[in-house]
Amino acid sequence: MLRLNLILLLLLVVSAIGTVSANHKARKMFIDLEREQARMRELEVEWGQLQLEQSTWANHARVEQIARSRLHMKSPGSGQVISIDTAKAAGN
Amino acid sequence: MKFVHSPLLSQPLPAWRARLLLLGLLSGFLTLVGWSLYLQGFNSSFLQEKGASRYSRVIEVSATRGRIMDRHGDVLAVSTPVKSVWAIPEDAKLQPAQARSLAALLEMDARELTRKLNSEREFVFLKRQIAPPVAEKIAALDLPGIHEQREYRRYYPAAEMIAHMLGFTGAEDVGQEGIELAFQDTLAGKPGSRRVIKDRRGQIVEDVESIKPPQEGKDVVLALDAKIQYLAFANLRQALVDHKAKAGGVVVLDAKTGEVLALVNLPTYNPNNRVRLAGAQLRNRALTDTFEPGSTMKPFTAALALEKGKYRSDTMIQTAPGTLTIGNATIHDAHMHGLLTVAQVIQKSSNVGAAKMALSMPPEEMWRMFDSLGFGTPLKLGFPGEVGGRLRPAKSWHPIEQATMAYGHGISVTLIQLAHAYLAFARDGDLLPLSLIKVETPPLLGKPVFSAQTAHEVRAMLELAVLPGGTAPKAQVSGYRVAGKTGTAHKLDGGSYANKYVASFVGFAPASDPRLIVAVMIDEPSAGIYYGGDVAAPVFSRVMGGSLRALGVAPDATTSLQVAKDTTSIIRESM
Repeated sequence: MLRLNLILLLLLVVSAIGTVSANHKARKMFIDLEREQARMRELEVEWGQLQLEQSTWANHARVEQIARSRLHMKSPGSGQVISIDTAKAAGN
Repeated sequence: MKFVHSPLLSQPLPAWRARLLLLGLLSGFLTLVGWSLYLQGFNSSFLQEKGASRYSRVIEVSATRGRIMDRHGDVLAVSTPVKSVWAIPEDAKLQPAQARSLAALLEMDARELTRKLNSEREFVFLKRQIAPPVAEKIAALDLPGIHEQREYRRYYPAAEMIAHMLGFTGAEDVGQEGIELAFQDTLAGKPGSRRVIKDRRGQIVEDVESIKPPQEGKDVVLALDAKIQYLAFANLRQALVDHKAKAGGVVVLDAKTGEVLALVNLPTYNPNNRVRLAGAQLRNRALTDTFEPGSTMKPFTAALALEKGKYRSDTMIQTAPGTLTIGNATIHDAHMHGLLTVAQVIQKSSNVGAAKMALSMPPEEMWRMFDSLGFGTPLKLGFPGEVGGRLRPAKSWHPIEQATMAYGHGISVTLIQLAHAYLAFARDGDLLPLSLIKVETPPLLGKPVFSAQTAHEVRAMLELAVLPGGTAPKAQVSGYRVAGKTGTAHKLDGGSYANKYVASFVGFAPASDPRLIVAVMIDEPSAGIYYGGDVAAPVFSRVMGGSLRALGVAPDATTSLQVAKDTTSIIRESM
């Protein structure tokens, strides 16, 4: 009887320590999860800012201005356009 | 002597003493039971709450407002977090040096800051929406009574180019104009909240429950094409400068889907910086301002006349001597034309011819056509202040009014309504509802207004109008067959027609299988020329040409283009 009780006590102690350590681990992992989620939000914000930046750089007005002034490009006038028959081109 | 032999023990004790002791113990025990009952039974929720408040916290989970993108996924509006700095004036007792450094960081006048901090109110915003790095520096100063709160600020990278279409949000991130208002429910995120357990260092250690999950705002993908919008914006702005005009608008529609590809209004404003905003800049004219369309209405009159079988496109109409008197009013043509076919009435834009066709039809029929084209009722796109224009009931029409309505006077429309109505010609006589957001599967057939036969015949007449001999050769686009109609209307000024004009042009291309509708309106051109064919048609031509090329629509007028005879040589040359 006494021996059984001692075994049960031992099991109880082991399980109690297991619970404590599992709980501790769960909290640690939870903190990691929180940190990653915060990082995710930060990255999302950064993504939004990068999209904003991309949109600003790729603004059509800016592209046209650079094409005209720096690259000296212009739209082709009448007589400068040659149309290609796609059906014929595909056949070649 | 042993205790048990004490004579005191043999003395009988009074019985009440034992009972008193028992009673005392019993009542003490009962009090304990009662107290625990009170704590556990009646007061437990209050106590548990108190306990929970020591370790659990409800924190707010923020949600971002959705982005607005154009049809190709380019971002047109995006929210990014900023900080707002606020103060409790009662707590904010700053040293002069502290106030100076705070004012410098806020880019504010030190005196204004002191005035704000000395105000009687309990809460005062010092500055809203500042950049996060600056906010961090302010937080590092660690000033008493100065607090920060996280907010979102909306940025519009296209600035004034798409201002009216997108609208803007207020300081609370709530849409106030345009798409931002029309799609407020979709775009707005709903912040959620959750209960967590925090340890003494303030770190969250356990998630207890999610009280309300946050709902991120959904993105809205517009039908708008940023490139076409830019073409429309740049060309209209140039035309306004060239012709010293007061205002203007351009609407571009996709004839296949009913999508609004571009919508430009001038004057405009920069939605990122709305410091000095006047009402005139804010007006979304294409939707909220009506004008008398003038001759751009004539094709509808002709279409109805064809539809009713009274006229064919080659039926002759006598327009000489260029005037028509009805009652005591007289209608004039700009030039005298003589005998014209119906097609030529449209090509030369004869008021007399259009009036004669109209007078041969009962007013109810004309009213029914205008109504089914959508005139007189707002399009219900969800924009604030959208109007339907003026279309009086047919019963109240006098013959002179019916005659003037045939060429677009006495009736008023918005530019977008006019562009929408031209869908009937660009398609096979049917009207699709307009859509501001991208349409994935366009309806094949809309609401029929005219027969396909009528639509084709009117399309042919409208093609004549842009050829030499018509009113708008300047609307031509090299490589494409174009169809359209000019409008030059006197402006109503205090009830009578003044010497101010509205020049307009509505048309579509390629005429063989229309893909785009472009409507241009220029208000009060005052640099000498004011005809729609001279003022609005060139804008139409540039916007249409650029847009068709941007969309890669195959040219249908190869006569004006050089066609490569030997494609391999070109391919070789370009390598």
